[in-house]
Amino acid sequence: MLTDLTIAEARDGLRAGRFSAVDLTMAHLLAIEALNPRLNAFITVSHSKALAQAQAADAALAKGEHGALTGIPLAIKDLFCTEGVRTTAGSRILEPFVPPYESTVTANLLRDGAVFLGKANLDEFAMGSSNMTSAFGPVENPWKRLRDPDAVLVPGGSSGGSAAAVAARMAMGATGTDTGGSIRQPAAFCGLVGVKPSYGRCSRWGVVAFASSLDHPGPFARTVQDSAIMLGSMAGFDPKDSTSAERPVPDYEAACKRGVKGLRIGVPREYLADGMPAEIEALWQQGLTWLREAGAEIVDVSLPHTQYGLATYYIVAPAEASSNLARYDGVRFGLRKDGGELAEMYGNTRAAGFGPEVRRRIMIGTYVLSAGYYDAYYLRAQKIRALILRDFNDVFSQVDALLTPTAPNAAFAQGENMDDPIKMYLNDVFTVGANLAGVPAISVPAGLDANGLPLGLQIIGRPFDEETVFAVSAEIERAAGFTALPQIRAGQ
Amino acid sequence: MSLDPATIRRIASLSRIRVEEDQVESLQHELNSILGWIEQLNEVNVDGIEPLTGGAQMAMRMRDDVVTDGGYPEQVLSNAPDRNGEFFAVPKVVE
Repeated sequence: MLTDLTIAEARDGLRAGRFSAVDLTMAHLLAIEALNPRLNAFITVSHSKALAQAQAADAALAKGEHGALTGIPLAIKDLFCTEGVRTTAGSRILEPFVPPYESTVTANLLRDGAVFLGKANLDEFAMGSSNMTSAFGPVENPWKRLRDPDAVLVPGGSSGGSAAAVAARMAMGATGTDTGGSIRQPAAFCGLVGVKPSYGRCSRWGVVAFASSLDHPGPFARTVQDSAIMLGSMAGFDPKDSTSAERPVPDYEAACKRGVKGLRIGVPREYLADGMPAEIEALWQQGLTWLREAGAEIVDVSLPHTQYGLATYYIVAPAEASSNLARYDGVRFGLRKDGGELAEMYGNTRAAGFGPEVRRRIMIGTYVLSAGYYDAYYLRAQKIRALILRDFNDVFSQVDALLTPTAPNAAFAQGENMDDPIKMYLNDVFTVGANLAGVPAISVPAGLDANGLPLGLQIIGRPFDEETVFAVSAEIERAAGFTALPQIRAGQ
Repeated sequence: MSLDPATIRRIASLSRIRVEEDQVESLQHELNSILGWIEQLNEVNVDGIEPLTGGAQMAMRMRDDVVTDGGYPEQVLSNAPDRNGEFFAVPKVVE
């Protein structure tokens, strides 16, 4: 089936004329029609625009003019502004918003010939680890527990719709954003490869802002090579983002073939948390064995401030969010709820437009930045963030990359971890450090738990050395031979 | 440090989010639980550490102070909930 192809296979098939871009796009639109009413992975499906882009791709292919992604159908997280296509951020407050401009990352993908199937569901303003906070309803993970097949599992979050769409074969790849783990955790929950590149590698221009110093756009795909092809297109210097890195984009696809011989791989001992499920620890050990057998050297290292990462994040991210989300005031775009005076209109608009988790984080952020508390909370968190970065710099003088589990558990059921916000936050315990330090990290599916659910391993690398991270990821992928498929997918 | 109901109302007001009286207690519980968990950061010795704003480890670029974009008010106003000519419209603020 066309929907089972990888991006690399589809690219070769299109160039060889074995099928057309319209065929490929139609196959995915049909899959969306069949599966999306159940999975709710897309908030908006852009049928006619997708078909027009596919026709343009076929015309380009006929002339022998093709880019890296010509004719490849993708899902776009509904946090990326897409010109003329509604962009909601999963929030009521942006329900009517139709951007008059295109984000840099999506413009790069369009430049390279990609086809956009639609806008993928997400936690509201990317705040969540389960996709349960979306104003457009939860997303169902296409994977099922062997022993409890009726349970509806979450796809992870915040990029839950992107992950579910790619896992269920409704899209060949997807964009996501990762602020504390929002690409890597859903990738692990859905058996996918998820890439959070270095901070500054992918432009944030036109991406609805959550926490500007932590937000990282990146790709989801079903193979490491596919994710490398996507990142190669998405990345690059953008003068419109003042934190964009002015560096050439390496050939990530070539880096996947480098191998790991002679690399030094660090095992941060602090990640071996009390209560880590035995099967996750076993998979981690297995991953280390695979890398050792492939010629890497395994080294024990220490990231002493690991345990403070999450609490630091839950000061820095809400602080930045409270500032970024001040723009939703009912004046220039989005929802407005009238009130007598201007201040009342602001209060009514924001109470009606933001869901409970977003309101909670804005209030925490407002508090930690407020007079009298700034030093005790925000400034202290920024100093601990400096210590966390120092930890990473120290270990990267000893090793080339780190291997860790991606998440402390497999996908959980809708409704679980909902009673206490902190329980949900703990899902990001292994991922958040890479956001605070801005270093690249990839989650690769590496095995199944006893219930048949995918588990991921995370590879973390030096700043701007995504190439080594891709090389290690490709080795884990090769050794793991992960071929399991979700129960709910196109053609089933 | 524990937030009392008056502080919850003040944070809501600073956040420009209308909070109903019957929401104050649950917000108080949720915010105190998060802030209580964050207290663990007080264990860390941060003497002499410079605060870090971001992970980019790069200097901010400067650019020329010139207009590089604009000139399309219709696009800028295309999502406005209310407008008056080429202006955003808001409830009256000056009598």
